[in-house]
Amino acid sequence: MIVAERKPFSEILSMVEDYSRILVVGCGSCVTICMAGGEEEVKILSSQLRLAFKKNKKDIEVEEAMALRQCDDEYMNNPELINKVKKADIVISMACGIGVQHATAFFNRIITDKPIKIVPGLNTTFMGANLDVGVWEERCVGCGDCVLEKTGGICPITRCAKSLLNGPCGGSSNGKCEINKETDCAWHLIIERLEALGELDRIKPIEMYKDWRPSHDGGPRKIIREDMRI
Amino acid sequence: MKSGSNLERLLEKGEFVVTGELGPPKGTDVDVVKKKASMLKGNVDAVNITDNQTAIVRMSSIAAAKVLIDEGLEPNMQMVARDRNRIAMMSDLFGANALGIRNMLCLSGDHQTFGNHPEAKNVFDIDSIQMIYMVKTMRDEHKVICGDEIEGDFKMFIGAACNPFADPFRYRVHRLAKKVEAGVDFIQTQCIYDMKRFKEFMKQVVDMGLHEKCKILAGVTPLKSVGMARYMAANVSGIIIPEEMIARLKGAGKGNVATEGIKILCEQMQELKETEGIAGIHLMAIEWEHRVPEIMEMAGFLPRPKP
Repeated sequence: MIVAERKPFSEILSMVEDYSRILVVGCGSCVTICMAGGEEEVKILSSQLRLAFKKNKKDIEVEEAMALRQCDDEYMNNPELINKVKKADIVISMACGIGVQHATAFFNRIITDKPIKIVPGLNTTFMGANLDVGVWEERCVGCGDCVLEKTGGICPITRCAKSLLNGPCGGSSNGKCEINKETDCAWHLIIERLEALGELDRIKPIEMYKDWRPSHDGGPRKIIREDMRI
Repeated sequence: MKSGSNLERLLEKGEFVVTGELGPPKGTDVDVVKKKASMLKGNVDAVNITDNQTAIVRMSSIAAAKVLIDEGLEPNMQMVARDRNRIAMMSDLFGANALGIRNMLCLSGDHQTFGNHPEAKNVFDIDSIQMIYMVKTMRDEHKVICGDEIEGDFKMFIGAACNPFADPFRYRVHRLAKKVEAGVDFIQTQCIYDMKRFKEFMKQVVDMGLHEKCKILAGVTPLKSVGMARYMAANVSGIIIPEEMIARLKGAGKGNVATEGIKILCEQMQELKETEGIAGIHLMAIEWEHRVPEIMEMAGFLPRPKP
């Protein structure tokens, strides 16, 4: 899933304090699961904002709303939500960066009498897994050409700090990466896994230059599934 | 000859070579390069020019290597994968070749979090093994990666690093084998202090016959102080310093530690010369270039052979 973290309160406050009607919109998918932008977090941020405005004697209204997925029109095309957005001077999206952008495009298409300003309440951090209560770790950078079948199900592009395809580098020590003793050396894990599978020979041939075009380096990506467009 | 460099010539003749190392200045001061070069001249056979080592911004290795050529020394230009994509690498290699640089070392590079611009974006388009293969293709097939012909000559003696002290130890020899398969001509190892582990590693290398497919230069660095030894052992990834060695330094007493460090180094150099599969020494006397003549004299490695 997409993992995000809430922005510091002072940063959010500085984005909205010059407006008088604020709407905070949460997202019911990934960021709810990683406890950064769900219903609970919307309530917390809204209360913090109300308290700050009260303290500063500012007459600012803070409304709350939710969308199950801000990255999909279907879940935002709801009259109650559209109405709340219409009434607001500024919207704080508690979705990932995708949600912020998609909501901006959607509401500016639906609401034509004024431009809708949407600002991010979160920092979108990575695509990762939930390892323990309150612990998430990056697992995929979306390079567009998966190599996990060769590397025992451990991604060297994401989990090696140098994205090495013929690792491990000389900085691997006691199973840890040179950049940080808390970070596992991905290649150490790969070697151990392949040894257990009896497949260490898989990484003996040289892995050739990677074609980065399917990744972001080829420019912003788009998928069109013709089979679904009939 | 693959490159016509002195380093290649000497190794082909079977001479036991010694390479030195020179870190370019953190700025434009060419005199720093010239001064260090004057201390190394005649005392080593070629000199590595580091490429923004530990990710700290310095004069480019290409430019410093050219200064070295003008001073009458032979450079071994280091190139890291951290800061350049394949386009910039090949372009820089053309430039380096045009300036007369004939030896290079292909490296992944220290991660930028170690350096003075940890907020920088890194590149790592290709890795060190792919870099070896790329340079070999340029030299032997006279083509860039995409297959386009190279205009003009391209000659290079291709080196790479090897760290027998990194983990997992059992995989290290296979990584070296990959570098050999990619086409490396010579290897310089990480600093050796743990001779026992190094000899275990070399036995695997010799058993696989890798020493016959590339020339292996054993990396050494003098220990200047007990503090330096302890710091390196604790903080530099892939460096193992045996406790006995630290105890020996300590035992030398105040004022004698540096001399004892040089003594240990010279003994190591002699021992490495007798080790099967070792074709030379890579002497990394970091910011101790002025002591290189004395080290080489004491180790019995002077005068240097004529190419």
